Amino acid sequence: MKYVDEFRNPVEARRLGEHLARRMALPELQSRRPVRIMEVCGGHTHTIFRYGLEALLPEGIELIHGPGCPVCVLPPERIDDCLTLAEQHDVILTTFGDAMRVPGSRGSLLQARARGADIRTVYSPLDALQVARDNPDRKVVFFALGFETTMPGTAITLQQAVEEGIANFYLFCHHVTIVPILKALLDDPFMQVDAFIGPGHVSMVIGMTPYTFIADQYRKPVVVAGFEPLDILQSIVMVLEQLREGRTEVENQYIRVVSRDGNRQALQAVADVFALRARSSWRGLGEIERSGVGLKPAYAAFDAERLLVAPSVRRAEPVDCRCSEVLKGQLHPRQCPLFGRACTPEHPRGALMVSSEGACAACHQYQGRG
Amino acid sequence: MCLGVPGEIVAIDSAATASAVVEISGVRRRVNLTCVLTDNIRPESLLGQWVLVHTGFAMSLIDAAEAQHTLTLLAELEAFSVDQEAAP
Ligand code: SF4
Repeated sequence: MKYVDEFRNPVEARRLGEHLARRMALPELQSRRPVRIMEVCGGHTHTIFRYGLEALLPEGIELIHGPGCPVCVLPPERIDDCLTLAEQHDVILTTFGDAMRVPGSRGSLLQARARGADIRTVYSPLDALQVARDNPDRKVVFFALGFETTMPGTAITLQQAVEEGIANFYLFCHHVTIVPILKALLDDPFMQVDAFIGPGHVSMVIGMTPYTFIADQYRKPVVVAGFEPLDILQSIVMVLEQLREGRTEVENQYIRVVSRDGNRQALQAVADVFALRARSSWRGLGEIERSGVGLKPAYAAFDAERLLVAPSVRRAEPVDCRCSEVLKGQLHPRQCPLFGRACTPEHPRGALMVSSEGACAACHQYQGRG
Repeated sequence: MCLGVPGEIVAIDSAATASAVVEISGVRRRVNLTCVLTDNIRPESLLGQWVLVHTGFAMSLIDAAEAQHTLTLLAELEAFSVDQEAAP
């Protein structure tokens, strides 16, 4: 496939690995070992495990798998709310397939569907809108989740619903934003990260400037990267170059897709529809101020929150889950005592085991439980 | 969910609703073009253009020249010897 295969060439990948080893041998980098680089995005985590990139890296470079998988950070109480919505007989709940297996305190959406709730998976929010057109006598709720990458799609779909006057379409919104979570991690005293590989597809929407504070105030390099193996390896070369030269900048490896200022049309749709909430809750990380969005009052008629009598309250997460330490890069997935035993992709205990972009699921799928 | 894939715009479905058809690895799929349209870019002008597709939306035009440039940089990286650069 064009724009994919040429960035997957395994021979080139091996050569890049050797190139990285030569770089790491330079005295300026020798003294900095280990260099800890966090890939923020779950898509990157998936590529790293799928192609075994860690095996190509020389000693002295450690990859830390960050929190950028929206399914993994979904708090159980939001799943509980979805169950409450789906149990109303006149509701059809629609969402992305990835959200189906996330455990809530009363089980997952998949289990609720097996019990008879009308829950349908869609590929696009536009498909959810089509379900609403096709079922005018039902309330069709789209459970909207994701970082900035999926926000514009939700926003444009809602604008379309308004334009067409589709009154039985509702959004249950759990969109979250990337910058506050990065800031929370950077402020965590236990976090030890020397540089970041920035999320390519979030950046295609928001551009590069939102990360400037990481380079300027926290003095860490950021390289926004594409999702193929060579993209990630090249971005690690760029990180090492910055460290060697003592620079901290926001650089762009994914120039074929990401522009400095992001996507203006997408940002406009997002600004029209969404407003920041005072605080949002994250699985494994607690509540973070101004880290998520809800619908603006002008769109209140489409807000599924008003179909809920009382939203679920936040509960303590199971004590034996070590997800929060894995999310912060303090623990490798394998070091969690539940990994591959009480917690598997078929029966996830923690959210990082749910989506193929979660560090635990990616590790389990491609490296096995051993 | 967050994975975007490259696809080629092969037909304009409806300019009014900014809807087009892309081909992704031989499979055709409907996408919404709102995010890649501007006053200067009309839907018809995008035929044959490659875009990054994400949950049913074309989110970005893929810049062919930049893709080539990235590959060239990669090739140069491999040719480049660290000793050479480390020399005064
Ligand atoms: S193995 Fe399961 S419980 Fe342990 S950190 Fe991973 S997802 Fe969480």
